[in-house]
Amino acid sequence: MNYYLRRFLRVIVTIWAVATFTFALIRLLPGGPLVQLRAQLIRSGASPERVETLIQSYTKIQPDAPIYVQYFDYITSLVQGDLGESISTGRSVGEVVGGALPWTLWIAIATTILVFALAIVWGAIMAYFEGSNFDLASSSASILAASMPFYVLAMLLIIIVGYEFGWFPTRFRIDPNLEAPVFSVAFVGSALYHSVLPIASMVLTGAGLQVLAMRGNSISVLGKDFVTVARLRGLSDRRISITYVARNAILPMYTSMLLSVGWYLGGTVIVEEIFTYRGIGYYMYEGLESRDYPLMMGIFLILTSTLVIGVFVADLTYGLVDPRIQTGDQSESF
Amino acid sequence: MIKVSHSESSDEQFSFDYGESEIELTRRERLQDFYEEFIRKPGMVAWNDRRTRIGSAILFVYVLMGTVGVWFYRAPQTNQVDVPGYPGGRGVPPFTDLSAILGSTQQSGKDILAQIIHATPNMLLMVLSGGVFATVVAVLIGTVAGYKGGTVDTVLTSFTDFAMSIPGLPLVMVLAVVLRPTNPLVLGIVLMVNYWAGLGRAIRSEVLSIRQESFVEASRTMGVSTPRILFKDVIPNIMPYVLVNFANAARFVIFSSVGLYYLGILPAGVANWGIQLDRAYSQGSLVGIAALYQLLFPMIMIMGLALSMILLAQGADRIFNPRVRTRLAGESETIEEEEDADAPAGVMT
Repeated sequence: MNYYLRRFLRVIVTIWAVATFTFALIRLLPGGPLVQLRAQLIRSGASPERVETLIQSYTKIQPDAPIYVQYFDYITSLVQGDLGESISTGRSVGEVVGGALPWTLWIAIATTILVFALAIVWGAIMAYFEGSNFDLASSSASILAASMPFYVLAMLLIIIVGYEFGWFPTRFRIDPNLEAPVFSVAFVGSALYHSVLPIASMVLTGAGLQVLAMRGNSISVLGKDFVTVARLRGLSDRRISITYVARNAILPMYTSMLLSVGWYLGGTVIVEEIFTYRGIGYYMYEGLESRDYPLMMGIFLILTSTLVIGVFVADLTYGLVDPRIQTGDQSESF
Repeated sequence: MIKVSHSESSDEQFSFDYGESEIELTRRERLQDFYEEFIRKPGMVAWNDRRTRIGSAILFVYVLMGTVGVWFYRAPQTNQVDVPGYPGGRGVPPFTDLSAILGSTQQSGKDILAQIIHATPNMLLMVLSGGVFATVVAVLIGTVAGYKGGTVDTVLTSFTDFAMSIPGLPLVMVLAVVLRPTNPLVLGIVLMVNYWAGLGRAIRSEVLSIRQESFVEASRTMGVSTPRILFKDVIPNIMPYVLVNFANAARFVIFSSVGLYYLGILPAGVANWGIQLDRAYSQGSLVGIAALYQLLFPMIMIMGLALSMILLAQGADRIFNPRVRTRLAGESETIEEEEDADAPAGVMT
């Protein structure tokens, strides 16, 4: 089967499997969400019939129907784009997600790109000056940065850069008083300005280990025979460093970049809560805190789908970076 | 300086099943060999590295705090600090009084040092169970998939890919809310519920190259069973790699558990640095910069433990990583020149 087609089918299967998983989590766990939700509604004084209808509208699950009917209903409404209704906000989950997703995507994508741009450039420079004081200082700084969780840096940034110096806003995704239309210069400017600290807190901490990885890759490529041969051929330093070293050193970074997108996407739940940045991470936190299961599960599903699709798209471009793309599994089985 | 014979330790692809040997080795000799080849020599290479020594020293301090410290130092309690001039012992700044050297909390007058020390045992247990769980699952799935190949590989790799494509932190949060784990050992496992996947994938590709080695082929032609090949030939050769990743996994457990405690998603009945962070941070926004000291100490604790893990990982990396071998061969300069200058050139492959 075609490689890309197979990859695409895998995307569909993964999203379906995660949807099944959320269904199981809501429905099947003893004392799980459904039981708690019912208790919550009964405590609020609703009549039993009303409770059943509410549960049905919130979760798209009819508690009395046989399990396969429930499952079928759940998946059908998901396919139709209906994620249920949020209990705490009273809005539909789709509506909440729609307004918040772009902001989270911006944070996660900008973080990933900046982390790897920083890592590739800085790591390569460190490898070039290997053994110098600059290298030693940068390595130590990278290790220190990696030992700091991003939320700790976020708090420090808020206190120091935000409160003390007042250079950057510490909350919200844009200036609440701003009444400029969407996509005007003022709007985009304000949005960028407000996203500086959240992005900085994840980039500065996340880049630490990646810088070291890039440095290590570059050093090991520099020791390879083909680089020695290229030197002997009298090729220019520029050509050696770009075509021979950089390309081969960046390749392993690409895979780890795909892996870390998920970590940054997940990290937005904490970062957005700290910065009151209303992306889907923030709403996921709200859902978790108020035990708003439809909201929480809906956003979890959306986050996973985003990641799966993102990795799929990135995978399509992998052929551009590495021409030796694996098209199949040729290994002999033992 | 400890002298390590690099020419011996360079032989990464060492195997224990001496197929060609006529003499059966006793268990004791095997154990001795194992100790020599996989514990003492790599240990010395790692110990030669400054980072390993600093990392172990830091970790030792935490272990001391988590075991002996808990016995000797009082548990945190409301208004436990007795310092003149501070009603209820609240808001004592750090380094003012010996009875509460790191000060006490603004709101409840708890001794900060006591909070920090009594959070350590649970954290260490969590790190241990999470790290062991993730590494064991990753090694099992990675080696079996990589070695067996074929359908087994396809099935295991698909499963791994599936686990890998779920963003870890949100999954853990959902599970934490639904399952409400309180036991630190269980919590460690919940935190690593899909972390093993990335590691398993990496181990699989390591094993893919090991399975082609002649010593594995020899064992296979001799009819050695698959589990035996995996345990005797394959796993010892990926051990250093696994060690490095154990330390990385441990760092992940620390970061995510403290993060979840900070958010208040995990049950708050226990002592944890994340809970301290949360309390201190919310008070800091009320009281202002004067309350910052409460934030600083848990932060230092988190970073210290994470730092020791990174340093240990980097030190262990030396045993395994080809670039270190390249460096030892004298093909590139190094920071620790004095260590490597006497390494014989050209013995590395």
